Amino acid sequence: MIQIKDLHKSYHMGTNSLHVLKGINFNVKEGEMVSIMGSSGSGKSTLLNILGILDEADSGSYILDGVPIKNLNEKVAANYRNKFLGFIFQSFNLINYKTALDNVAMPLYYQGVKRQERIEKAEHYLEKVGLAEWSHHLPNELSGGQKQRVAIARALASDPKVLLADEPTGALDSKTSQEVMELIQGINDEGKTILMVTHEHDIAQMTKRIVHIKDGLIIDDNPVEQVRASLYV
Amino acid sequence: MFDIERWQEIFETLRKNKLRTFLTGLSVASGIFILVILLGFSKGIQNGVTSQFQRDATNTITIWTGNTTKGYKGLNPGRYVQLKNQDYNTISRKYDEYLDYRTSLYAIWGGTISYKNESGNYQIRGVMPDHQFIENADISSGRFINESDLNEFKKVAVIGNKLKRDLFKDEDPIGKNISVFGMNFKVIGIFYDPGGEREESQAYIPLSTAQKVFNAGDNIRNMLFTVKMSDNFDQAVALSKSVSQGIENDLKQMHTVAPDDTSAVRVYNTLEEAQKIYSLIATIQAVFWFVGIGTIIAGVVGVGNIMLIIVKERTKEIGIRKALGALPMSIVGMILQEAIFVTMFAGLFGLIFGLGLLELIGPQIQSDFIKYPQVNFNVALTTVFILVFAGALAGFFPAYRAAKIKPIIALRDE
Repeated sequence: MIQIKDLHKSYHMGTNSLHVLKGINFNVKEGEMVSIMGSSGSGKSTLLNILGILDEADSGSYILDGVPIKNLNEKVAANYRNKFLGFIFQSFNLINYKTALDNVAMPLYYQGVKRQERIEKAEHYLEKVGLAEWSHHLPNELSGGQKQRVAIARALASDPKVLLADEPTGALDSKTSQEVMELIQGINDEGKTILMVTHEHDIAQMTKRIVHIKDGLIIDDNPVEQVRASLYV
Repeated sequence: MFDIERWQEIFETLRKNKLRTFLTGLSVASGIFILVILLGFSKGIQNGVTSQFQRDATNTITIWTGNTTKGYKGLNPGRYVQLKNQDYNTISRKYDEYLDYRTSLYAIWGGTISYKNESGNYQIRGVMPDHQFIENADISSGRFINESDLNEFKKVAVIGNKLKRDLFKDEDPIGKNISVFGMNFKVIGIFYDPGGEREESQAYIPLSTAQKVFNAGDNIRNMLFTVKMSDNFDQAVALSKSVSQGIENDLKQMHTVAPDDTSAVRVYNTLEEAQKIYSLIATIQAVFWFVGIGTIIAGVVGVGNIMLIIVKERTKEIGIRKALGALPMSIVGMILQEAIFVTMFAGLFGLIFGLGLLELIGPQIQSDFIKYPQVNFNVALTTVFILVFAGALAGFFPAYRAAKIKPIIALRDE
């Protein structure tokens, strides 16, 4: 599903240049659930942004579902993001003047899906994350866990190949975190490939594979015994 | 542009952001509204002032006399300077090449005029045929006084519309006899005057007849001339100024009046006054335009500012939309379409409201100096488009920049 070879990325700030990724080699197969761990500044978020076509690598190759992601113009990048990827952010990133339902329907709007179908699909995914009766609430009327679940529903709505989550539980308390993780595990159980950046060990233990990044290099890449979140709840 | 889904998205955004929409709309609508009202009243003042000074021909020289205030060549002050037919003939002949219409005048300020049982006190003026054009009197039926009336001392009268209404009501006065100080005069014409009721409550009779029936000998009260128009307004002003100066000097000499005596012989030159009025109108107009353009600039800056803030505020939303697969151009298009829609709608609203108000209160204004306030619709519409364009332009650059930045940076924007 994802093949990465010798990926480099530097940031330039004035005269200083910061080499963040120093040659990452990394493969993810379909249906995997991978957590990327590392201290802040290790390059894990940069890697995720490159994987999400939100940012571009300086050198190296990145193949997503058989498609090389290289020198894309904005139009193609937007198209791939829409078709291949679903994003879950630490700060939810819901549009605050739109209802939960409209937020979930948003990626479908950019896919050119008709309004009626959008609403039906969005309702389906909201139901899936257990928020059917909150569909007409605005984000600020929802709790943090509910917001993240709306964001997950939104990420799922476009039926992406890969779900990318950047610290999905970073802004949640531990109980809510486990509820959200349970949901994400359920999605993985249905066969969706999931990549997640986190620095919490117990959250990482709930995935199937942990990749450690330090100073821009992968230092450790091991499968783990998945801990089911439902055990905590 | 006619993508129904896009419109739905825009209307939803506008509905969910009522305050923002309202404030943008308000600044545009009020700008246009104020401009329309300003331009309307500027036009109204222009109309009013112009019509005030339109009642007589604008290039008239009026001459009248009074008592001397200064002794001169052994004559005492306080002597009345009486104009005679002879003075008129001399002046008329001397300045013949510069003069167009000319008349001398003998008027009785208040005389009783009656017809059957109706009577009233009216001004009676003995005039020459040219007086019609100098006063801008408009003959609605019958005719004005002519040369033969003058030569044959005919007892004929041309009466003003007000006088006609007072004495004759609905009756046709042409050919009827009115009594002036007990003498019968035949009505030969009725006139309207743009100067209004005051001028229309007069009766004109031939000068020669007036001098005879009022025992005036060959005395006259005034002389009125119009100066031939030059192509250029400034030249016309200069000419009529020099002619009136010449006439004043000649008359003073003929009547042995001190050259610096300002009350014995007076020459009033309307063109010089008209020039002042025209420059006043031009100034008023310039001021209104200045204020109007200032309003528009303030409106443009206001709309631009709002657009900048809107885009800034929506940077994160733009990042989210991009992460969800929005094309950069669809984001720019969305913001622009929204901006254009709001400014256009609000601008037209302000325009219609302003025009409506002018239309409504315009006719109610009872002032001689503000008449028919109105706005050139095209000017108003153009300003709406300028505002819309400015709003779109002010929205475009930040929107374009926001759509270009990487979604990850836009997402970090808090």
